[in-house]
Parts: sequence; C-alpha cells; structure tokens
Amino acid sequence: MTADVVPQLTARVTAAAHPDAAPCHGTCGTATLAHRPDTTVLRHADTVAKAHAPGTDSTALTRRLAIAARLPDVFLPPLTPAPAAFVDDRPVTLWPYGVPLDPDVPDTAPWEAAATLLARLHRTPPTPAAPWMRGPAKAAQAVTRLHAALDGTGTAHPAAPPVLRAWSALPAWARAEAPMPGPRTLCHGDLHLGQLVRHPAPDGPWRLIDVDDLGVGVPAWDLARPASWYACGLLPPDEWARFLAAYRAAGGPAVPEDGDPWPALDVPARALTVQTGARYLAKALAADRPLDEVEQSLIDACARMAPE
Amino acid sequence: MQCPKCHAPMHTYNRNGVQIEQCSGCRGIFLDYGELEALTQLEAQWSKPVPPPAPQAYPAPPAPAWGAPQHGGGHHGGGHGHYGGHGGHHGHNKSWAHMLFSS
Repeated sequence: MTADVVPQLTARVTAAAHPDAAPCHGTCGTATLAHRPDTTVLRHADTVAKAHAPGTDSTALTRRLAIAARLPDVFLPPLTPAPAAFVDDRPVTLWPYGVPLDPDVPDTAPWEAAATLLARLHRTPPTPAAPWMRGPAKAAQAVTRLHAALDGTGTAHPAAPPVLRAWSALPAWARAEAPMPGPRTLCHGDLHLGQLVRHPAPDGPWRLIDVDDLGVGVPAWDLARPASWYACGLLPPDEWARFLAAYRAAGGPAVPEDGDPWPALDVPARALTVQTGARYLAKALAADRPLDEVEQSLIDACARMAPE
Repeated sequence: MQCPKCHAPMHTYNRNGVQIEQCSGCRGIFLDYGELEALTQLEAQWSKPVPPPAPQAYPAPPAPAWGAPQHGGGHHGGGHGHYGGHGGHHGHNKSWAHMLFSS
C-alpha cells in the first residue's frame, strides 16, 4: 500500500513546486525525505509534500495546520491552510523545504533553539478549537505494538515484563485513558531532533516541523524525551542542562523557574521511556536480534520504575 | 639470622605486607626472592596519579529515582556512566543516533 503513494505524491509535489506549469528541465528531481509505513515525505525543488498516516483525522489535521500557520516564529509555515490533496485516502500537506540537523553530527544539536521554540509554543494561548496533543496516544500505540510483536513471536522476552509493569504504573492520563490534567497548553507532542529544520534554507532560524501530534495538553511532555534520555544515562548532563536552562530562560511554563524540575517531568519522562523501550523492543523482536546497550538502558530504567 | 656482610644480627620487619630483614649493625637490607618486585609494585601503586574527575561545565542536574546509576538515584549506587552507550562518545552508537531523531 505504501509503495503506491510515491508516484501520486511525486506528481503532487512536482505540480506544487511548479505552479505555473513551467517545465523543470529535469534539473530538480524528487528526493525521498522519509518513507515509512505511516509517513511518506518527498521534496521537489523548494517544496515538500507529506502523506500523513492512514486513518489520520483530517479535520483535526486542518486545525493543527491552522495553529502552525498562526505561529510562523515557532513552526515551519504550511503552504496551504488545509490538506492539499488525498492519496489513498491519506491527507497530503505541502511545506517549504527546511534544512534538517545532520544526523551524523548530533553533537551540534541546537538544544537552546529547541527549548526556546517550545517555550514560545507553550506560552501561546490555545484557541478553543485546538485538538488534544497526541503524546499519550502515541505512547499507548507503542505499547499496543509491543503486545502485537510479543504475540507474533509467541515467546517470552525478559525485557517485556519491566516495560509493561512500568506502563501499568503510569497514571491513566499518561496512558491516554483519561483527559490530561492542568491548564490547556499548546504542545508539539513529539519532540526529537528530527523535528527541527532551518528555514529559509540553508541558514535561517530553527523551526519546528510535524504537526501530527500538536495540540493542548501537559507541556512537560515536550521536555520529556530529552529528560528521559538524560535520566537513562544517554544524554550527557551538560546537554540536558543547556536545554533546561534555555527553556527556563525563555519563560517556559512546563517546569518551575528554578529548583528540581522532576516533579513536573517525572510522569511524561517515564511514559516516553516506556514508549521508546517498547518501540525498540518490538523492533528487536521483529528482527530476532538482541537489544544493544543503548536500548537495554531504557529497559533497565523501566525495571527501576516498577520493581517486581 | 646474621648479616652476611658484618655478621651482626638481622631483624625482620613487615613493610606493607613484604617481609624484609635489616641488619642491626650496618643497616643493610636483605630481600628474599620476589620481594624486590613486590616492593616495586607497591611503589608504582603509590605514585600513580589520582584520576581527575570527569570534566563538567555544569553541576550535575537532578535526576529521578529511576534514573541510571551514574546519577546516584538508582539502587546500584556509584559507577561510571555510559552517555551515548560508549563511555561518553555519544553519537558513535548507531541506535543512540537513531533514537535522537525518531518518535
């Protein structure tokens, strides 16, 4: 099914990049920026087209696009106010091209810029129409997929019980089984280093991309992935400290201005540790390979959260 | 035992677990087989510099109780961290690099 999306999406992105129907003399070419079961992203010249996941709520997606369009100093601005097309019933959105961070040099991660963008987003009053942030739903989806992977192999895996115990120990809201607590705050919902691009290319300011999980919820969720990496011993303390300090300096409301941020971060960071652990364990089960040291550090953290 | 040089009586001392005989007359020292090597090893241990603390630009930020042992919050205490999976050289581990960029 996903393979069928590419030709149609190629046609869409090429047409969007050349609205006057001028030929591109074969000089542009179409590049695949991402191609996964739930997402395909193609680039043609300065235009990017994204086919969203099958089953995406296009009404909610339109509301999310509107939020991004209203915040050009936070989000890459969408080229159209609503999904521009549908391919295989999947909504397609159009964007200007922005330059991502080079995955080969994550040491240059713009932690301060990421934190400042999040603080800016979190301080923006949400409109009444803003949908829910989808962070907890994504965590629940990762656990569902882990169950499916375990059922698929039909064997026990020693890493599964700690992950599932840590999941059960989370409050209902973090498992997407109850509404999120606290004041309605705009959140990105899925922050990681792949969600940052420079626009205009090549050296414009950093902006957030990917509105799929954008909405109102608990803003600490957006800090929780770096927090989880730090807690698991993966992200060096100085990088975590830079991120947190920049967020606080920009007046971000997710954590207190000073003192221990962990009372606010604990539940979302536990949830994202479980989500990431479940995701990598499911991948390891599918590939019938052992967990590596980095993956095991997430499982170990789950085991410490919810001892037997 | 008598000193082979001046024939005065020798006394046995224990220095850090190594038995040495010293002459009460000429102060000469007699070492048994292997004792010189044992002393040399001991000396090397003493002169080895204390490893410097890991460089850190910021004071270690707080971490949760379920955090990795290097934060001191876990149940295992102490120990060296493995930021990035390989002794601090984060970015060299493939799954860590992947994790930084994925949902």
